[in-house]
Amino acid sequence: MSPFPNIHRRAFLKQASYGFGAAALANLLGNDASAGGLPGTLAAPHHAPRAKRVIFLSMAGGPSHLETFDYKPLLEKMHGKPMPDSLTKGQQIAQLQGQPLNCFAPQHGFQKYGKCGHEFSSLLPLLGTVADELCIIRSVSSDAINHDPAHMFMNTGSQIAGRPSMGAWTTYGLGSEAQTLPGFVVLTSSGRGGQNQPIAARQWASGFLPSRYQGVHLRGTGDPVMYLNPPPGTSPDRQHDVVNAINALNAEHDALVHDPEISTRIAQYEMAFKMQSSVPELMDLAKEPASVMALYGCKPGDGSFAYNCLMARRLAERGVRFIQLYHKDWDHHGDIKQGISFKAEEIDRACMALLTDLKQRGMLQDTLVIWGGEFGRTPMSQGGNGRDHHNKGFSVWMAGGGVRPGISHGATDEFGYHAVQDPVDVHDLHATMQHLLGIDHTRLTYRFQGRDYRLTDIKGKVITPILA
Amino acid sequence: MQFTWSLMVFTLALAPLQAGTAQKISYNRHIRPLLSDQCFTCHGPDATKRKAKLRLDQREEALKPAKSGERAIVPGDPKQSALVQRIQTTDKSDQMPPSESHKSLTEEQKAMLVQWIAEGAEYQAHWAYLPVAKPPLDASAGHPIDALVGVRQKELGLHPAAQADRRTLARRLYADLHGLPAPPAAVEAFQQDQAPDAYEKLVDRLLGEPAYGERMAVWWLDLVRYADSAGYHSDKGRNVSPFRDYVISAFNKNKPFDQMTIEHLAGDLLPNASVEQRVGSCFNKLLLTTDEGGAQAKDYEARYMEDRVRAVGTVWVAQTWLCAQCHDHKFDPTLSKDFYAMGAFFADIDEPIIAAPDAGIPVLNEAMQQAAATVQAQLLTAQQTYDQNPPDILQRIDAWGKTQLDAGAKDAWVKGFEKPAAQRSEAEAKQLLDAYKAHAPELADLRKTLDELKAKQKALTETNPCIVTRSTANKKTVRVLPRGDFQNESGAVVTAALPSYLPKPTIEGREPNRLDLAQWVISRDNPLTARVLVNRLWKLFYGVGLSKTQEDFGLQGEMPANTELLDWLAAEMMDRKWDVKAMVRLMVTSRTYQLTSEVTPEMLARDPENRELTRQCRFRLDAEFVRDFELGTSGLLVRTIGGPSVKPYQPDGYWENLNFPTRTWDASTGDAQYRRGLYTWWQRMFLHPSLLAFDAPSREECTADRARSNIPQQALALLNDPSFVEAAKAMAARLLSEVPGDDSARITWLLRETLQRPPTAAERGTLLALLENHRAQFKTDAAAAAAIAKAGRPAPAGLDPAELAAWSSITRVVLNLHEFITRS
Repeated sequence: MSPFPNIHRRAFLKQASYGFGAAALANLLGNDASAGGLPGTLAAPHHAPRAKRVIFLSMAGGPSHLETFDYKPLLEKMHGKPMPDSLTKGQQIAQLQGQPLNCFAPQHGFQKYGKCGHEFSSLLPLLGTVADELCIIRSVSSDAINHDPAHMFMNTGSQIAGRPSMGAWTTYGLGSEAQTLPGFVVLTSSGRGGQNQPIAARQWASGFLPSRYQGVHLRGTGDPVMYLNPPPGTSPDRQHDVVNAINALNAEHDALVHDPEISTRIAQYEMAFKMQSSVPELMDLAKEPASVMALYGCKPGDGSFAYNCLMARRLAERGVRFIQLYHKDWDHHGDIKQGISFKAEEIDRACMALLTDLKQRGMLQDTLVIWGGEFGRTPMSQGGNGRDHHNKGFSVWMAGGGVRPGISHGATDEFGYHAVQDPVDVHDLHATMQHLLGIDHTRLTYRFQGRDYRLTDIKGKVITPILA
Repeated sequence: MQFTWSLMVFTLALAPLQAGTAQKISYNRHIRPLLSDQCFTCHGPDATKRKAKLRLDQREEALKPAKSGERAIVPGDPKQSALVQRIQTTDKSDQMPPSESHKSLTEEQKAMLVQWIAEGAEYQAHWAYLPVAKPPLDASAGHPIDALVGVRQKELGLHPAAQADRRTLARRLYADLHGLPAPPAAVEAFQQDQAPDAYEKLVDRLLGEPAYGERMAVWWLDLVRYADSAGYHSDKGRNVSPFRDYVISAFNKNKPFDQMTIEHLAGDLLPNASVEQRVGSCFNKLLLTTDEGGAQAKDYEARYMEDRVRAVGTVWVAQTWLCAQCHDHKFDPTLSKDFYAMGAFFADIDEPIIAAPDAGIPVLNEAMQQAAATVQAQLLTAQQTYDQNPPDILQRIDAWGKTQLDAGAKDAWVKGFEKPAAQRSEAEAKQLLDAYKAHAPELADLRKTLDELKAKQKALTETNPCIVTRSTANKKTVRVLPRGDFQNESGAVVTAALPSYLPKPTIEGREPNRLDLAQWVISRDNPLTARVLVNRLWKLFYGVGLSKTQEDFGLQGEMPANTELLDWLAAEMMDRKWDVKAMVRLMVTSRTYQLTSEVTPEMLARDPENRELTRQCRFRLDAEFVRDFELGTSGLLVRTIGGPSVKPYQPDGYWENLNFPTRTWDASTGDAQYRRGLYTWWQRMFLHPSLLAFDAPSREECTADRARSNIPQQALALLNDPSFVEAAKAMAARLLSEVPGDDSARITWLLRETLQRPPTAAERGTLLALLENHRAQFKTDAAAAAAIAKAGRPAPAGLDPAELAAWSSITRVVLNLHEFITRS
């Protein structure tokens, strides 16, 4: 029940007589289900959705596919020898510009996992226990080869700033079922090694879509949401008194001037106040059983990727539509052998735990989990012990949410350079993600600068072979 | 409900048609938007996507018979027109637009197309590309804006709302012209001013004060994408704040807009360019740049060029040229070649591509310039003295050398003195001379003076640097990049050229440069610049542009309901030699501007979106002004103009995801903590969260139309951002120190200060109840009261902490009110 039943009703009824109504009050945070239909822009999904929500595990920095999900024995044989010119000629190169391009062997072993026999890094044995849930796509390519534009491309389908991120598009289309939490939540973590590559807030911005669809960064330190907590000396009750008085005065003013923005403002203060308890409730892991904490292998508030995975499950349970986790420091220009083992250790248990936990709760079937970086890494060595950025072929995996489990799709060439079999680009990933959410990617549009923009720009095709 | 609403709009749009039976369908108003939206994707300017070789955007093409003999449009004969047949058929395989396009025409739209063809299918040039002609004006009808608004309202049978009261007008003018709260005394003086020109006097006073330039800068800086950081990757800081100050000063000095445009695009190319003109050219350098290792120069060279073309398109002419980066424009006549030829205007800009921002040139104010000249003169004199050798120099050197040898000095050069003077080579003699000058005690004072002067000079030149445009004769080669791909070098090399589809001067015998580009932008023959500019100014003072599509005056752009008004204003802008202040004055002195923003159900029904200007708009203040209102009302605001950007409080760790290098936000101290919002350090990757909450854009791209959202983050910021909490406390402290009387009297004072009106009985009741409640609580909770007293600057001594805390609750309420942050 609304903590302000009278005010709310009064303001609402009056506005209704002025021809405004539910529309003005709906969608405060890209949520608030309106009567019937979807809470977002779409009145109904374009087709039956297979996934209700997305958990996107963004491995920032560009994880090497060649040490994780794409085993290339030929690189071992060719180690130290020049890459065939036919593969590299005229291709975008990042830090290896003007340097010799020599093959670099996989730095860790691979093994087969699960009934399906998925082959991936032997550094990921726990993920191996849920291998049969994974659909591994080994033929992804991106247009961008530097971190910042590549993140932009992966998130918005464009390398020009100012476009909405995929989470914003999703809540714009579908709204969210979370009543007192944002519909699009972002968490970040880093671990050992690496350079802590920057991540800009634009990666979760709403771009030209209305601001209410922007991602909210749930922080590990300080106020989890910006300005969530009342100022020093102001108890929650006193804060509530202040909010009540603000809303009472706003409602009274509305009676004089009939401004629909006022009822929205009143609702926003209610929402802000509710968030002051809903967010701490979300972050309070006291009620999580020890078995769950052990499954993820994290401690409350430790800021690890595993902790964020647990938070992702809790957000998903509370109806949040799009949850994006950034785990940083995959940028292994040097000492990739050590770097990858750090990262693998940080994600192995966490990813396994997330999938296991979702499955046990019956949520994996309608939660689409996506794991991937903004690009992959070169089959060529950099400095004799690392790999450079590589955008022509890399791996992404998906699980749950209507994706065929236990299959792989697409392949790179023998060197792991180009996506050659069933190539998939970033727009295709977006199209597929939207398809699983019940959205026809060609039809969720927004008019900006005279054009009906969409997440997939003018491209994108649904990767039908991976649909369950 | 939505259905009825859109019907209402439709009815209104058609009203003039129904009223005058003789009135024809207008191609520009009714038909082109339809065709552009529904048909041009396949039957428009883009040849590569054209279906059935049919082109509907040009009349002669649309009238041509196809191979089959069919004609899409037969003027005057809908029945013979294939277009009519294809939009009316129920046969799915024949129907247009085809179902797979997910586009469709309503029955009304189909009827309009039929009527238009029946009436002769006349085409018109796109409204925004037509020359700006000044519509005739009935001089007796009063203010030109009211006259032109009145013509349409009369046609539609609409009536304007009542005039707003003087309190509202004063608040509106302060918000619109200064972005600041109206001081209560000024409101009351205006309320009591019986002079017939009281209103105009207030307008003129406000236009003459420096806050006007600050207010206008907030608008303009969005457009030119001004920010304190580079944007990509490490998002390093850069020296651009003198450009912000240049913009403030340009509006305050009322620099003609054409001159400002020239300085933005080509200030560096002006003969004997002044520092001010060169600072203007910082515009070209405000784009996103990178210093990421591994970025390819060719890649970013192309990005920078594209960014600059998009910027000119957005800032001055509202053309979505970015679409032509990959292909000919789908709606507008912009060719891909045009895009790259525009890019070639910037090929002379001399800059490293992958690099951290350079330091720029020193920008000194008058006092600093004088100081620099003095230092320079002193330095010259001192240096001359130092360089001059007295006639007995050789003896002096040797005498000093001997003391060094005797003292057993170990420096390498000391050995040189062992050789007799006559035997020393020239190089050896020089070395000893230098050593003598650098070390001899008799020159110590002079050396000290020199060092000090050099330090002074360095400090002066480093105080206020600004990045500016540098031109080189060694221009970059620009070619058309097929599909925008920088690696594809198969495209034709292009030289700078103005867009093919707009009027332009002939420039012969040389390649045009940025100066020519600027001249073209502001030339009288350019149909776009003045229209775009007045439409944007209109939004500042009327809430919504005459055309809603601030960023697009191309074929998909909204034709204003009142084209005559837009054109009149555009022509007037040019007639007045781009005098922005005069145009602002014109806009805020109309009767239409002074209408109330309160609506009645009848008005809502007749003019739901206020496109006919039957009333004023109400809207929430821009992010920067929200801060200015909070700090300004509480008395915290420090009104220094310009200078380096400042850092108001920001939550710790907000920059944790920035790197190369990692940075912490060190909140400014002293007066710098309390500056206006526009001086906040603008970090593109992580804009200050309170600015962000209130829709301030990251300024990575040019923003022509800042959003106005209403989201919970705004409530959280106003409630809990330490800057606003401190403002509430400062307000409470002022109340307790300055206002005698009982609680009720103090509440009256508080509402006068914040809302410039007395409280209603209910408001007073609510606030008094809260006050009593919290007063009782804080009396017994000394720790909480002490915590509140600690926020920010210490409160004046002698205030009872419980009283201060209780009143802070009240001031927080009032400083959070919708009415307080709304311009009505």
